[in-house]
Amino acid sequence: MTDPDNKSSGRLGVVQTAQTTDNWDKSDCVTFVMHNEDHTLGNALRYMVMKDPDVEFCGYSVPHPTENRINFRIQTKGAPAGDVFGKGLANLSEVCDHIQQTFKDTIQKFKEGMDTQ
Amino acid sequence: MAHVEDMKTRVRLLEHGVDNVHSSSFPGNYVGSDDSWSMDKFTKNFRIDVISLTHSELEFDMVGVDPAVANAFRRILLAEVPTMAIEKVSIFNNTSIIQDEILAHRLGLIPIKADPRIFEYREEVNTGDETGTGEDTIEFQLKVKCTKNPNASKDATDPDELYKNAKVTTEHFKWIPLENQEETYGPKAFAPVNKDILIAKLRPGQEIDLKMHCVKGIGKDHAKFSPVATASYRLMPEIILNEDITGERAKKLQQCFSSGVIDVEKRNGVPVAVVACPRRDTCGREVFSHDDLKDCVKLNRIRDHFIFSVESTGALRPEVLVSEAINILKSKCKTFQQDLDMLGNQNTDT
Repeated sequence: MTDPDNKSSGRLGVVQTAQTTDNWDKSDCVTFVMHNEDHTLGNALRYMVMKDPDVEFCGYSVPHPTENRINFRIQTKGAPAGDVFGKGLANLSEVCDHIQQTFKDTIQKFKEGMDTQ
Repeated sequence: MAHVEDMKTRVRLLEHGVDNVHSSSFPGNYVGSDDSWSMDKFTKNFRIDVISLTHSELEFDMVGVDPAVANAFRRILLAEVPTMAIEKVSIFNNTSIIQDEILAHRLGLIPIKADPRIFEYREEVNTGDETGTGEDTIEFQLKVKCTKNPNASKDATDPDELYKNAKVTTEHFKWIPLENQEETYGPKAFAPVNKDILIAKLRPGQEIDLKMHCVKGIGKDHAKFSPVATASYRLMPEIILNEDITGERAKKLQQCFSSGVIDVEKRNGVPVAVVACPRRDTCGREVFSHDDLKDCVKLNRIRDHFIFSVESTGALRPEVLVSEAINILKSKCKTFQQDLDMLGNQNTDT
């Protein structure tokens, strides 16, 4: 059985495409390989990245149903794709924080309402 | 402008199809509108309303979030929130008519009342020894033998009266504490969620004797680990009447929708149709098959208004499951943020 809480790194890989510079982290066009992920994170993250005005193109694919990974491609209008990727992740995690907080508050209020009735 | 706003926020139901299915509010799509991400805008628009909550079911509205994010929560609820389920069964004796492998599979699907958050994942490497530890395993025993009931009345025909233990149910499960589980969690900490799940039927002389190991796992690995019976959402329907619909047509309109969706009010003595409760609509398109009504009604669904329904199998409360799902999505982001940092550092080192 796989451990989904596995905090150890190694689930992220990088494929450089159409490049002029040597370092991928300065490149504006990078494919990130995300191991052990599927549409759950892929689609949510694609949405967050596409919301960035610096992004020219963002898409992901599941290369094969038996391979447990996604290829997540970002092409920017000049900004380093790695930075945009990180920003997308940061935004998504901020969204999660807000949803969590709102959800907990609402449930709390609802339970208090039930008690007083 | 109103048209653009409609395209962004509404899914349109037409007579022969559905329009504006995909989210389109991305920067660069619409001239003159700022669609870039803004946390302020999001927090301003986002809200959650709880509709109903019981020990096993939760219905709530999540408003102001893109389908991509809402769907992530739904998928995580189904496949990635862990629970405990029976994974290994050691059968010492099984003389019932159910084959060992069928019995083991059946046992696996029984929901177990145990908080998975207090357990660790059982390591693949350690499966060589079959015992497991107090941190990663719950052990149950099922030892049932069917016998004749000497006190049964002469003319009894009911097997439950004729025999003892004719039915093996989850009530026969006996928890065997491992290590110091009993001291830590109490004397009756773990058991199946329901006591009346039928596992097998026996006749005198037949016997089942086995031990089971529950481990922590996720629905992706096997559906038995899925913590929900269902976790689904639908979009909030919106019904717009373009004109006053009166008299017989009002009655006819009402008939086109689920009960309670359209009300017929008397206005100056004339019956007039009004939209009462769009939530109850099932988004049928019957109204479009009536030529005299189809141009008076606009059917939409609100793109960012999700009506979530979560039904727990019983191990954790539904509101806890949703909360866990949000945490899991967040931890995915954190993991990849860390990985990105590490990759970036490697790159600058070389």
